[in-house]
Amino acid sequence: MNYNWDWNIFFKSTGIGNEIYLDWYITGLGWTLALALAAWLVALLLGGLLGVMRTLPNKWLSGIATCYVELFRNVPLLVQLFIWYFVVPDYLPESVQIWFKQDLNPAVSAYISVVVCLGLFTAARVCEQVRTGIQALPKGQSNAAQAVGFTVAQSYRYVLLPQAFRVVIPPLTSEFLNVFKNSSVASLIGLMEILAQAKQTAEFSANIFEAFTLATLIYFTLNMSIMKVMSIVEKRVRIPGLMVEGGK
Amino acid sequence: MDFSQIIPALPDLMDGMWLTLKLMVMAVVGGVVLGTVLALLRLSSNPVLSGLAKAYVNIFRSVPLLLVIIWFYLAVPMLLNWITGEFVAVGAFTSCLVAFMMFEAAYYCEIVRAGIQSIAKGQVNAAYALGMTYGQAMRLVVLPQAFRKMMPLLLQQSIILFQDTSLVYAVGLMDFLSSARSRGDILGLPHEFLLFAGLIYFVVSFAASRGVKHLQKRLAV
Repeated sequence: MNYNWDWNIFFKSTGIGNEIYLDWYITGLGWTLALALAAWLVALLLGGLLGVMRTLPNKWLSGIATCYVELFRNVPLLVQLFIWYFVVPDYLPESVQIWFKQDLNPAVSAYISVVVCLGLFTAARVCEQVRTGIQALPKGQSNAAQAVGFTVAQSYRYVLLPQAFRVVIPPLTSEFLNVFKNSSVASLIGLMEILAQAKQTAEFSANIFEAFTLATLIYFTLNMSIMKVMSIVEKRVRIPGLMVEGGK
Repeated sequence: MDFSQIIPALPDLMDGMWLTLKLMVMAVVGGVVLGTVLALLRLSSNPVLSGLAKAYVNIFRSVPLLLVIIWFYLAVPMLLNWITGEFVAVGAFTSCLVAFMMFEAAYYCEIVRAGIQSIAKGQVNAAYALGMTYGQAMRLVVLPQAFRKMMPLLLQQSIILFQDTSLVYAVGLMDFLSSARSRGDILGLPHEFLLFAGLIYFVVSFAASRGVKHLQKRLAV
């Protein structure tokens, strides 16, 4: 079989308007970034809240958070996505349903579904990291906070959380990277992020290897740069003497 | 919501689950074997070998599994074609299996590496003192202890793999999720079948992770 290697393929016209294939990848990168960042915001806020809830003395609050984590961790991401995209919209109030299904651009409604899905999915993982971070602090810290007369809220606000959030930066970084990788499932409901663009390029140009190599390189570069940035952040916020070098 | 139609469809769903489990078990076995080899390479004193293993792990850990599945689905038949020179039909199952094995090997490698490194140096030294070769020391002394230590982590990773097998939907393989989706579409009950599939995934994963926690407590020395 003949395969025509052509690494210039990305600068060639797609045959649609005057776009070149590289434009598709740039659009795809834009969607991937928009998905991952929005989902990460949801995950960080909700996951942080749930993580704190799991460490609270109140049985109800910690119980709710535990149920949440078990539910969202034990169902595959793809199943969750299909539920958010295909099932949930049908049970929204009539007016919201019409807005979501008809008024919105299909890409935007898919985007909303993926952000909600990925945000809630990742929140369960963030919750576990935050909980571990809080529980890893020496018991003396919360005892000392109590001894100086702090309420539970104050001890979290001034003593536990500022320390815990530094400890959890490395594990949270790897969750952040996972959000980028997991956002590729969006391609399965038709959102044109990087993976979907690579697939489309492969189909249009028949240059399968080049198309997927570029996608692989984009993910790889994205990953490496985030890791670099996060290790700088981690060094910046480290409390001298509190944590072992390397943050582990 | 009408869940009664699921009962007659159960045999079909079982076929899907069977494929899911087959894929998972084969991927776990292949992934652990390949991961162990990679871990040994990474810990080797030869900088070329350890560098190659490190690059392998870094690349596979920085790309999405879905990308690897689609990559392999399109590339494996072509590669085989180039190597053997004739057209070989590779099913979606084989290409998915290769993709899972190679992808998961990167994750298993890190677990096995940590496991090997957690074994006291004296164990290896004692094995060498008894006149064992590197192979014998690894096979008879280090790896059996390391595997016992990392069993919970390996199983946890395998539960994640079980959930990730649902991604083969992307290449049209009839796993549990795909068969539930197609049954649901045929019967006009897509919501019910999807929720049922989610429930089954939940029950299996939840029970399995409970089991792993129990095992972890028992194995703890």
